[in-house]
Amino acid sequence: MKHNETHISSDSLNWTVLLILLILTTLSILAIKIHLGAFTVALALILASIKVTIVLTYFMHLKFENLLLRLMVGGVFLLFAIVIAITFIDYYYR
Amino acid sequence: MSSNEHSELIDSDTGKMGMWLFLFTELFLFGGLFIVYAVMRSKYAQDFHHAALELNAFVGATNTVVLLVSSMTVAMSLTAIQQKRGGKAIGLIFLTLILAGVFMVNKYFEWGHKIGLHLYPGSDVMKTMPHGEIMFFGLYFMMTGLHALHVIIGGILLTIVIFKIKSGKINAEHYLLQENGALYWHLVDLIWIFLFPLLYLIT
Amino acid sequence: MTNSTTQEPLNYLNHKTGLWSWLSSTDHKRIGLLYLYSITIFFCAAAVLGLLMRIEKLTPGQTIMTAQTYNGMFTIHGIIMVFIVVIPGLAAVFGNIMLPIMIGAKDVAFPKLNLFSWYVYISGAFLGLYSQFANGHSPDTGWTFYVPYSAQASSNVVIALTAAFVLGFASILTGLNFIVTIHRMRAPGMTWFRMPLFPWSLYATAWIQILATPIIGITLLMVIAERTFHIGFFDPALGGDPVLYQHLFWIYSHPAVYVMILPAMGVVTEIFPTFSQKPVFGYVPIVFSSMAIALVGYFVWGHHMFTSGISYESRWFFSFLTFLVAIPSAIKVFNWLSTMYGGSVDLKPPLLFAISFIFLFTIGGFTGLTLGSLATNIQLHNTDFVVAHFHYIIFGGMGFAFFAGIHYWFPKIYGRMYNFRWANISWGFLFVGFNLLYFPLFVIGIQGMPRRYFDYDPKFQLGEVLSTIGAFILFIGLIGMISNLVYHSKRGPKASANPWHGVTLEWQIPSPPPHENFDEVPIVTHDPYVFENPFTK
Repeated sequence: MKHNETHISSDSLNWTVLLILLILTTLSILAIKIHLGAFTVALALILASIKVTIVLTYFMHLKFENLLLRLMVGGVFLLFAIVIAITFIDYYYR
Repeated sequence: MSSNEHSELIDSDTGKMGMWLFLFTELFLFGGLFIVYAVMRSKYAQDFHHAALELNAFVGATNTVVLLVSSMTVAMSLTAIQQKRGGKAIGLIFLTLILAGVFMVNKYFEWGHKIGLHLYPGSDVMKTMPHGEIMFFGLYFMMTGLHALHVIIGGILLTIVIFKIKSGKINAEHYLLQENGALYWHLVDLIWIFLFPLLYLIT
Repeated sequence: MTNSTTQEPLNYLNHKTGLWSWLSSTDHKRIGLLYLYSITIFFCAAAVLGLLMRIEKLTPGQTIMTAQTYNGMFTIHGIIMVFIVVIPGLAAVFGNIMLPIMIGAKDVAFPKLNLFSWYVYISGAFLGLYSQFANGHSPDTGWTFYVPYSAQASSNVVIALTAAFVLGFASILTGLNFIVTIHRMRAPGMTWFRMPLFPWSLYATAWIQILATPIIGITLLMVIAERTFHIGFFDPALGGDPVLYQHLFWIYSHPAVYVMILPAMGVVTEIFPTFSQKPVFGYVPIVFSSMAIALVGYFVWGHHMFTSGISYESRWFFSFLTFLVAIPSAIKVFNWLSTMYGGSVDLKPPLLFAISFIFLFTIGGFTGLTLGSLATNIQLHNTDFVVAHFHYIIFGGMGFAFFAGIHYWFPKIYGRMYNFRWANISWGFLFVGFNLLYFPLFVIGIQGMPRRYFDYDPKFQLGEVLSTIGAFILFIGLIGMISNLVYHSKRGPKASANPWHGVTLEWQIPSPPPHENFDEVPIVTHDPYVFENPFTK
């Protein structure tokens, strides 16, 4: 069956996205030089999460897909975060 | 009655949804390892920091760049097929496969180096190390090992896509398999984006 | 549609014949039957193992087998029942046969993937069997494979773990197929809230299959890695935590029980309106309850671990959530009863099984709360009370719902009818036998009888003997029920398209259905449970 009139990502969009991802990668590497103690994990995860969101949104085309798919993806990550949080209710308080 | 041919081709939105659901299962598969990582990291923060020094952040960063570029090339291959440029699409996927190969070669040398130093789960050296470092290396091997397996699977999928573009089965009107193969490849990239800082950048 | 010649009209059963046409069919109805027959065979095998265990428990000490054999038996009984029978169970059988028809579709979204998942299932099932005989060392870890024992035991644990992994993959593929089918293949006019409640239950179930199963997949791989490479995640000597295994195991295995029960609830939710000739009471609350059970059921796993040494705060959290998740189930019970109230109730075998489902499920549910309460759990954990609880919920709940479903949809599937008296008598044996088999276990459990124990203090013998008698009575019921259905599937009187006067789409097509279900795509214009009779409000 034919694809619907889908958005076609231009090559320049893809190059731009890659550039941003490379910049964020460089930032993550530089960030470890800064001693933030416990927050190093948080910063590393935040930067990784931003990169993941960019890959999902542009390379994996979520920006141009319907809302349902975006809700599903968001829900999946949220569920996983909750499961880790609940696991830590045990480990943190032992 | 003879709707067999009709049912051969799956609607693209349907097929894409199926692939996304499969990706969710892959996310949760790795997720179990991330749970173990989170628990062990919180328990053995110092040991993890120390063990990560054994890893070569440069190689890790190279692999990160390699996968990011390969994500771009496979995304661009979709643009190419949509613009009826099958040759360009094949070229870009081929480039993706080359980059996958580079990744695997790096991985081979990384693992080889550690195994040479007897730094692997169950080894004589490993038994004598601090508990947190044993946990770190266990996670390192299992997470990167499972990831490498998915790089191989993704590579096989994309190779099949190349053949289908060549034969015309994948074209500007019907490219669901290429799209799904690309999605799988991006998943491989996504997982590495999390693995890299958690394993290499905690020094 | 009907014809007057002696030749039967073409339907999905007869349009192609021969074994290969069945083994290569991508028709969801045939695949559902492939699952039905394989699941029935494995169920009978595991039931026989259960019976043998019950015979062993007639006397303290050795009766007919050694302790090692007993441990191997409860392990494989659990593996077969949980992974091969009950988790695929209703979804793989009735989901496959009925889902596309009930939403007005020709087939599922990915028919070839559907057939493939049956082959994955069969491979996993045979791997599980193989673990019993390879090198003669069948696993004795229990189906829960707890570390450290599963990491150290010399038996075929790796084969069993791999079998469970493969079976999980089959479960994922079915769930994936059903989610996409429900999203994309509903007939024109069938909005989400015009979809019948069995498909809704399959939808909730399928999400759990997708999002929970991978966790046990990776956990089993970790145990294999532990055995093979001494990876250490669960080994305190290497810095690991055995309780972490329990967390990971139950993060899947608790939602898995909702995979078992949600379709069961969906089946009875179809039966009650049909046999009361009255719309379901509270359609929307049932929809939201199903989704709520699926979601909240994801957050209660620690109630299997109250005595394992987890923190007080997490015990409190899990107990609280466990009580919360009981609420949507209770809502459903009220809705089922209210559906019957004031209706034109026809106590045919499907309804008989459905009503007994409510009774048995309620006992199972209440005793779940007893176990979910922190104080009482300390006494009851790992006793036969737990065994009785989960058999009431799984066997009394899902099992009886399965029996209800097969008696309900039998005429549609085979185009023939079974014998009602035979079915009712079988039901009697099943119901009496079931309660006699499991209720004494509540009692001796409270009195201190541990589970998975080969031997016991003679003071428990009365309970054990009553239980074994119940097992034999239950067995007579099983033989009666299965033989009734098997015999009449080929030789029963022809059934009409709608013998129960149901109003959902499956009753609007011939029995047995044609290969592509509908001659024309149905257009849906109203809610699913509209009955044209004076008893409708």
